Amino acid sequence: MSEALTAPGDGATGRRLAFLLGALIVGVVALAAVLGPSITPHDPFAQDLGKRLVVPFWMEGGGREHPLGTDQLGRDYLARLIYGARISMVIGVLTVVASGLIGTTLGVLGGFFGGRIDDLVLFAITCRLSIPVVLVALAVVGLMGNSFTLVILVLGLLLWDRFAVVARSTTMQVRNLDYVSAAWCAGSSSFSMLVREVLPNIATHLAVVATLEMALAILLEAALSFLGLGVPPPLPSWGLMIAEAKDYMFFSPWVIMVPGVALFALVFGINLLGDGLREMLGTQDAR
Amino acid sequence: MTAAPAIEARGLRRVFRVRQGLFAEPRQVVAVDDVSFSVPAGSVLGVVGESGCGKSTLARLILGLLPPSAGDVLVDGKRLAELDRRARARLIQPVFQDPFASLNPRRRVKDIVAMPLAAQGDVPSAAMASRVAEMLARVGLSEEQGERYPAQLSGGQRQRVAIARALVLRPRIVVCDEPTSALDVSVQAQILNLLAELRRELGLTYLFISHNLAVVEHVASEVAVMYLGRIVERSEAEALFRAPGHPYTRALLASVLTPEPGLGVPDVGLGDAMPDPANIPPGCRFHPRCPQAFDRCPREAPAAWATAGGFAECHLLEPTAPAGLAGAGASQRQLAR
Repeated sequence: MSEALTAPGDGATGRRLAFLLGALIVGVVALAAVLGPSITPHDPFAQDLGKRLVVPFWMEGGGREHPLGTDQLGRDYLARLIYGARISMVIGVLTVVASGLIGTTLGVLGGFFGGRIDDLVLFAITCRLSIPVVLVALAVVGLMGNSFTLVILVLGLLLWDRFAVVARSTTMQVRNLDYVSAAWCAGSSSFSMLVREVLPNIATHLAVVATLEMALAILLEAALSFLGLGVPPPLPSWGLMIAEAKDYMFFSPWVIMVPGVALFALVFGINLLGDGLREMLGTQDAR
Repeated sequence: MTAAPAIEARGLRRVFRVRQGLFAEPRQVVAVDDVSFSVPAGSVLGVVGESGCGKSTLARLILGLLPPSAGDVLVDGKRLAELDRRARARLIQPVFQDPFASLNPRRRVKDIVAMPLAAQGDVPSAAMASRVAEMLARVGLSEEQGERYPAQLSGGQRQRVAIARALVLRPRIVVCDEPTSALDVSVQAQILNLLAELRRELGLTYLFISHNLAVVEHVASEVAVMYLGRIVERSEAEALFRAPGHPYTRALLASVLTPEPGLGVPDVGLGDAMPDPANIPPGCRFHPRCPQAFDRCPREAPAAWATAGGFAECHLLEPTAPAGLAGAGASQRQLAR
């Protein structure tokens, strides 16, 4: 009996802890991305062929000079990891901003006006869902060569589908509520109804989608870079670091482990943050 | 001077198409069927009926939230369809049932009340603030409550906010769609009194929709009883409660719960069959549930016959009721009186 009574409370604190852990991970990565060069004295691009594959500090022979060791060209691994965090965060944020703008606009318009406009939006979503992101990236890179901007463009212009779906369905719910009817009866313009009545009330749902999409964008960037379709070398993207390290993983397993763990931790943290956000906003709505 | 009626409905009809399944033909649901009435300026028309009878659809048609399938709505002598939304807003405003759904949870009370003024686009912000403050005071809310969000107010206070929002443009007509049925009983009377007070002070006209006869008796000068989309009886309020003409009205009046112990829930003899607006019975639409139905009822739709305070659509009220049934009808009528 007492277990049944305490269990929900424990669950709530557990979720709270998960949210805080997520915020901590994302905060640390974001801080590293911002502070960047002031954390480590090394240049992420400087090669030193005399110090190739130096082992990290937790292995025998590791030193303070290169805490995470060096890669196959003797570049400081910590400096590259931090610079890679910057790339991941910038790509994640810019992708979410671009795709969020596109998806929210389409979804809100379709959900609010319905009819023909909604048919068009649904058609656009269906078209988008039938386009494989990797294939598009392959085609674009083949045509224009790979660059950092191109990755953001490809991802930002392709990852708006979930924003559109969620914005559309939540807008349809909100549109039928009496406060929107009241605004209509008061003579409010469609624009003002969308901006003042609808958007503030679907913003929490969109914030949750934004965290999920950010995690997805970071993973996709890593995947594209691993395939050679993303960020071009010598930029130290985590996906590229994994790709370059795979030839050395049998004798120097940490070169693939370090960026892999970093990628896992960041995506994990963002997802925890999103879950916590949904949980917190959900209880607030119910209150 | 013969002023135009504040609200006039002419042959209003609204049909919804409801999909049943992937391949099934969509069914037609007639929510409002050939409804005509007019409400003189300054009076209150109460519309009563059980849920599903089309009274909320009627409210949405009068507000212009739904376009009618046929017929016209005239507000203050002007066709609603020809007025632009801002002009409509200055004439007619709604108060909805659920104050938890009718107020935007992300805006402050004072911004909610200012919203209709802002929508007009030509009200200077200083004038807006003073009119909002004046309106809040009028419905009994403090300036401090104007700074709060709806979630921080009680149900009654929220409904006061909704009333303030409806009246801030000084409309002549207010459509109240069950304005008290989501509130605690103790608060209902306060809100009804506030609405009555505001009507006297501002000379408003109400279309007052409710399923609660006691509430309608309290506010309405005339009552329309709806059944399956039609107004089956329309009467001056006092006469309706004294001498209901239609068997359905009598059943509604009999169903009002009394506080007397031991009586239990009244049996009104309507049976368990629920009316279905997608499948309206032929002839008199009330006949399957009518305790006094006779052979003519399923065959022939009744005309409107005069009653003490208006009219009702029932064969029993025909001055020359068929022989053999006139006695039964008359005795029932006497019983009802």
